[in-house]
Amino acid sequence: MRPPAEYYQRDRDRHPPALAPDYKTSVSRSPRFAPISLEQSVSEITGPVFGHQDVGLLDHDLIRNYAQTGDPVGERIIVHGRVLDENARPVPQTLVEIWQANAGGRYRHKKDTYLAPIDPNFGGCGRTITDESGYFFFRTVKPGAYPWRNRVNDWRPAHIHFSVFGASFSQRLITQLYFEGDPLIARCPIVQSLPDAVDALTAKLDMNATIPLDTIAYRFDIVLRGRRSTLFENRLEGN
Amino acid sequence: MTRKLRETPSQTAGPYVHIGLAPGAAGFDIYDQELGWDIAGANAKGERIRVEGRVMDGTGNPVKDVLLEVWQANADGQYAHPESGAVEDGFRGWGRVITDFETGAWGFDTIKPGPVAGRNGAVQAPHLNLWIVARGINLGLHTRMYFSDEVAANAADPVINLVEWESRRQTLIAKRAEEDGQVVYRFDIRLQGSDETIFFDI
Ligand SMILES: [Fe+3]
Repeated sequence: MRPPAEYYQRDRDRHPPALAPDYKTSVSRSPRFAPISLEQSVSEITGPVFGHQDVGLLDHDLIRNYAQTGDPVGERIIVHGRVLDENARPVPQTLVEIWQANAGGRYRHKKDTYLAPIDPNFGGCGRTITDESGYFFFRTVKPGAYPWRNRVNDWRPAHIHFSVFGASFSQRLITQLYFEGDPLIARCPIVQSLPDAVDALTAKLDMNATIPLDTIAYRFDIVLRGRRSTLFENRLEGN
Repeated sequence: MTRKLRETPSQTAGPYVHIGLAPGAAGFDIYDQELGWDIAGANAKGERIRVEGRVMDGTGNPVKDVLLEVWQANADGQYAHPESGAVEDGFRGWGRVITDFETGAWGFDTIKPGPVAGRNGAVQAPHLNLWIVARGINLGLHTRMYFSDEVAANAADPVINLVEWESRRQTLIAKRAEEDGQVVYRFDIRLQGSDETIFFDI
């Protein structure tokens, strides 16, 4: 059997450093040794496969998927985009999961004690499988900003957490979506640990996808690691 | 083929990762099925095992809001993926586990994987691929867990042997024990410190 085609080496400068001192929790949770670089084997170039049977019909609709008595409070938004790889090819049939605070900035989590109220009609999580063109679509309400214990007066910009798989475990990624124009982005130590790449995490207002008199839309494309062409024993083909 | 786009930057999973990936643990029911709790399925061949551990921060205290994912081969060393071989019906080989909020302990049930094909005809010792995210972790950490009873296979493993410091190789090896007739492997992960776990840039 010939060895598998590898994924491009991860560009670590693209990501926040493990140790980002202004994000205080990272100080005691960041490895100090450099990670050991590994030539990929079947363990790295494979990953879990998901399908439509794994998700429910309403899972991508956060306005409806936890509604008890009516719609959740907040600005109704669509968040949509494509999952692509570094070769600009779509990543189809992959699982995208999101979670977020409600419109007041409160999470439905037993550890969140922020004074903004829980919304009885909002769970705050969603998931979907990308289609053949890598496209995904969520409907939700815009999350509120919230304070967090870091420096005394730190606030997270409005954000949605994203978890994406891709086709291999080496592509696994968790990130956060921010909203175009939010003045808190420039003040957030978590975002500012990657100053050159903030634009890639900022969803753009997408008037073409809005539903008039109903829902505003934001566009957010996600790029996962790409893959080399076929690799033969000692020679890369087509690169 | 050349790179046309750049990878989306990572951000921490934050303290509320459970809402998205394990809502039951966050305290509410929303999905018909949560994903990742059944790693091997009912039909899997091989030895049934339990894996337990904790994740420690640089102060030696357990991290109580961590989420781990495991990716593993079946007993024949095959992954449930089109680029590997055949696996049993119901074997996904992927799991997701969170820690107890009070103690930081985590654990999951699975089967022990077989040896896996390596590069250029090499054989890799049985191992689990682990990925760790939490508040304060800016980019998910990849590591591997090997098995203490695979002494010869571990000694020949091409990945363990990438680690120059022999003492640090031990951070990759889970200790086997039998507790009430159940096989339990103990695997503690240390994010920082002199006994820091080996993490991989895969
Ligand atoms: Fe958050």
